[in-house]
Amino acid sequence: MELTLWTYEGPPHVGAMRIAASMEGVHYVLHAPQGDTYADLLFTMIERRDRRPPVTYTTFQARDLGGDTAELVKSSIAAAVERFQPEALLVGESCTAELIQDQPGSLAATMDLGGIPVVSLELPAYSKKENWGGAETLYQLVRGLLKAQVPPPGEPKPDPTRWRAEGRRPRVNLLGPSLLGFRCRDDVREISQLLAGYGIDVAVVAPLGARPADLMRIPTADANVSLYPELAGPVCSWLERSFGMQMVKTVPIGIGATAAFLRELHGVLGLELPAELETAADGTCAAERRSRLPWYSRSVDSTYLTGKRVFIFGDATHAIAAARIASRELGFKVVGLGSYSREQAREVRAAAQELGLEALISDDYLAVEAAMAEAAPELVLGTQMERHSAKRLGIPCAVISSPLHVQDVPARTSPQMGWEGANVIFDSWVHPLMMGLEEHLIGMFRHDFEFVDGHLSHLEGASAPAKHPTATATATAPAPASIPGDGVIVWSPDGEAELAKIPFFVRGKVRKNTEAYAREQGLALIDSEALYEAKAHFAP
Amino acid sequence: MGASSVIGDMTTGLAEQPPLQLFKESGQREVFCGLTSIVWLHRRMPDAFFLVVGSRTCAHLVQSAAGVMIFAEPRFGTAILGERDLAGLADANDELDRLVKDLLERRPEIRTLFLVGSCPSEVIKLDLAKAAERLNTQLAGRVMVLNYSGSGIETTFTQGEDQALLAMVPLMPSSEVDQLLIVGTLADAVEDRLVQLFGRLGIPVVTSLPPRRSTELPPIGPGTRVLLAQPFLSATARALVSRGGQLLTAPYPFGVEGSRAWMAAGAAAFGVAPALVAEVLDPLVERGQRAIAPHRELLAGKRLFLLPDSQLELSLARFLQRECGMELVEVGTPYLDRQLLDAELALLPPGTRITEGQDVERQLERVRAERPDLVVCGLGLANPLEAEGIATKWSIELVFSPIHGCDQAGDLAELFARSLRRRAALSFS
Repeated sequence: MELTLWTYEGPPHVGAMRIAASMEGVHYVLHAPQGDTYADLLFTMIERRDRRPPVTYTTFQARDLGGDTAELVKSSIAAAVERFQPEALLVGESCTAELIQDQPGSLAATMDLGGIPVVSLELPAYSKKENWGGAETLYQLVRGLLKAQVPPPGEPKPDPTRWRAEGRRPRVNLLGPSLLGFRCRDDVREISQLLAGYGIDVAVVAPLGARPADLMRIPTADANVSLYPELAGPVCSWLERSFGMQMVKTVPIGIGATAAFLRELHGVLGLELPAELETAADGTCAAERRSRLPWYSRSVDSTYLTGKRVFIFGDATHAIAAARIASRELGFKVVGLGSYSREQAREVRAAAQELGLEALISDDYLAVEAAMAEAAPELVLGTQMERHSAKRLGIPCAVISSPLHVQDVPARTSPQMGWEGANVIFDSWVHPLMMGLEEHLIGMFRHDFEFVDGHLSHLEGASAPAKHPTATATATAPAPASIPGDGVIVWSPDGEAELAKIPFFVRGKVRKNTEAYAREQGLALIDSEALYEAKAHFAP
Repeated sequence: MGASSVIGDMTTGLAEQPPLQLFKESGQREVFCGLTSIVWLHRRMPDAFFLVVGSRTCAHLVQSAAGVMIFAEPRFGTAILGERDLAGLADANDELDRLVKDLLERRPEIRTLFLVGSCPSEVIKLDLAKAAERLNTQLAGRVMVLNYSGSGIETTFTQGEDQALLAMVPLMPSSEVDQLLIVGTLADAVEDRLVQLFGRLGIPVVTSLPPRRSTELPPIGPGTRVLLAQPFLSATARALVSRGGQLLTAPYPFGVEGSRAWMAAGAAAFGVAPALVAEVLDPLVERGQRAIAPHRELLAGKRLFLLPDSQLELSLARFLQRECGMELVEVGTPYLDRQLLDAELALLPPGTRITEGQDVERQLERVRAERPDLVVCGLGLANPLEAEGIATKWSIELVFSPIHGCDQAGDLAELFARSLRRRAALSFS
C-alpha cells in the first residue's frame, strides 16, 4: 500500500485507451465499474477531442456482482461490435474487474464476432501503470495482427537496404506517437518532413492515426523508428526479433540528437551520408543550420544563459533529451535530473551520471518537489506537476513532458523533435527566464522606487507567488470609498465582509460597480443588502 | 445490454393533465463515482483529510475530476492497494495503519480522517469500519477516524457526499434544541446569506451539516427541522430522521421559486407568519427575477436535454422550464428517490420525459434525433456533442459553483445562457 496524492501516470488500462483512442477502426471493451468512464474526459478535455474515445465500459454496479457479470461482458462486446463495427477489438478490464476474474478476453474468444481480430489485454492494475499499459497494448495489438505474417525461424532477415534492389525509396515506420503524449501530433509532422528531405518515406505511423490495416503493413518498411520508447520499445523489440526489422533508437530531440538520429537512420538504411550531415572538425554539421537554436545560443544575448541552474524531471525520453540540450546546447548547468519512468530508469541513471548527478527515479511528486527545492534551480523543466511545484517555489518553469494540461496541446504547430523542435525548445525554455539585457537593467535599477519586488520577467510564469489580500484589515472601521466631489460613501462592516468573500480577482470590479450603483441610488452606506442589489443591477 | 421500459406514470396534482413519463434505462453509464464528491467536501472542511483506500484508477479519477493541481499537498489522497495487499488482508490492515500513522504525523492539523472505500476495497471486502474503529482506539481521540464508501459499484457522483455525511450523523450530539439544520455542502458565502435570511425570518438557530470545522458537528434531536439543500442526500436524511429530526419537504433552493419555497418550508416549520415570510422573501424573489430576466430572454422557448450526472437534473429542469421558459425534451437522472424529489416532480410540466439510469449510446441517439438547443452533460461528452453542432453545458460546474438561493438565481441562469451566448458571439466569416 502506498500513499499517492497526485500521480504522474494513470492505471495501465488508461494506457490501453490512449492506443485505442489514437487509432481509427479500433474499439476497446473495458470491463470496469461505474465511474471509470471518467477517463473519457482526458481525451475530450485535455486533447479537445471532437469524439469520445472508442471505449465501451461495462459499468457494472454492486447489484450486478450478485448476478452474472460475465454475461454483462458478453452483451457489452456484442453490442459494441454491432454498433461500432470495429476492424479490430481490444478486450480488457480495469482494476476492480481484475479482482472479480471474469476473464473478458476468454469470454470474447468464445463469441462469434464475424471474424474481426480480437486482442485480449491483461494489464496488471496493481503493479503496472499507464505507459506500461500503452506499450503492452500496442505490442499485443501489432503482434495479434501480424502473427500470421511472422517468417518461420531460420529464414534470413530482411535486408534494410533492399529498397535499392526493389527500385524504390527507403521507408520507415514511426512508432510510439499517441494521444496524451507530449507534442506527438507535431513531432510526427516534423519528422515526416525531415525524412522526406532525405528521400525517406514514412510507411506507417502508429498508433496515432493508424488503422488495423496499417499495422498489417508494418513489415513492408525497411526499419522502425522508436520515436517514443515508453510506448514503442516493446513492439520495436518484437518486430526486430520476429521480422528482423532494425530499430532506430536515437530520439531526435535537440540539435545533436537530430543529427545523430539522421546519421543512425542513414547507416541502418545503407544510405550514403549527405555532406551536410558529416561532422566537421569543430563537431558541428551543416544541416544543423536548418535550426536557429545553435546561432541563437551562440548570440551575445544568450551569454546570460551560461551556467543557469536547471532542474529536469519528466518521462525518460524527454528528461534525457532535455538534459543533453540544456547542458550541451544551451550552456545551462543541470543540477537535478529524474524521471517517473521506472521502466527506463537505467537510461536516466546513465544520463545523470554523465553529468555527475544521481538520478531521481520516483513517482512521488513531493519527493521531486523536495529535490527541486534542495537543488535551488533557476529554471525547472518538468511535467505539469513540476510546473505547480515550481510556481509554489517561485521558480520559472517550462513543460517538457506528459502528464499534460490542456495548454500543452497548443493550437499552433509546436514540435519538440527535429530542427523546428529545437527552435520551439529554445523559445519555450528561454522565455520564462529574464532576457539578457533585461536582467542586466533590473540589476542596475533594483534600488529605484519604481522597482517592483518580485519582478522577474515579462512573463507571468516567472512572477513571484501572489500575495492574496486578506480580509483582516476590513473588519474594523468602515472604509470610506473615495469618490471625489460627490460626498463619501461608506462600506458597513457586513458589506465589507460580504465583499471579502468575492474572489480576489473580481473583487476590485465588484467594489467599483457597487459604489457606482450606490452613488446612482443616493446610498450613503453600502451594506451586504446594497451589494446584492448592485449585483442584481449589474447582472448582464 | 441496454434496456428501456416505462415503469409507471406519475400523476401530477392535476388529475386531468397527462402524467409525467417515467422511463428506466440500463446499460453503459457515463457518470462519475462517489469519490468525486471529495473534491468539494475537502474544501468545505479544511481540517479533514479524505483517504481513499483503492487503486491507481481512484487516484487518477479524483485528480482528473479536480481538474488542476492547485494544492501543494491536497487534503485528499489514495492509499493505493498493491499486489501484496491483495494477497493477504491481514497485511493490508497493517499497511493501512502504518500509512495512516505516517500521514497524520505529516499533517498534524488534521482533526478528522475519512477512510473512503472504493470499488477494489469493497470487492476484496477490506473492512474499513473495523479499520476506523481500530485506528480510533490507537489515536485515542486525537483524530476522529470515520469511514464511508464512495465506490462506483455503490454510489454515483454526488451520492459520495450523502455517504460522507451519513458517516458523521452518529457523532452528532443529541439535543432537544429547536433548530433549523441545513444539510448539504454550500459555498460559505451562500450559507452565510441563507443563515442571515433565516435570521430575519426569526429563526434564531440555524446549523449546517457538513459544518465548516469537522469537529463542530451540529446537534440533532426532536427539535431539529431538517432542510436538505441538495436533492441527493437520501441516506443522510433517513439517518437524521431516525435521530429524531423532522424532515421538511420542499423543492430545492435553485432559482427564485425553489429558493422561496425552500425557505418558506423552513419558516413554516417554525410557525413564522406567512406575512413575514412574504415581507422578507418577496423582494428577493422580485430582484432575482430581474436578474434572471436577461437570461430568460435567451433561454425561453429553447429545447433542453439533461443527461444523468449530478442528481440535480430534476431541480434544474424545473428551474429552467418554469423560470427561464425552456422546453424539456428529456430529463435524465442517475436514480430517482421519489421521497426526496416529490416536490420537484409536482412542479414539472405534464408529459415530461424522465429517464432514470442510463444507456449512454441510446440516450445519445435520442439527443441526435431530437437536436435540442442545449444539452446538460458530463465533461466526457461535452466536446463530442459540440463537435456535432449541439450546444452543451457541462454539469460538473453546477456542483462547484454557488448556485443556491434567490440571490444566485441570475447566476444560475447565466451558466446555461452562457453556452448559447458564446455560440452567438462567435463568427468566422
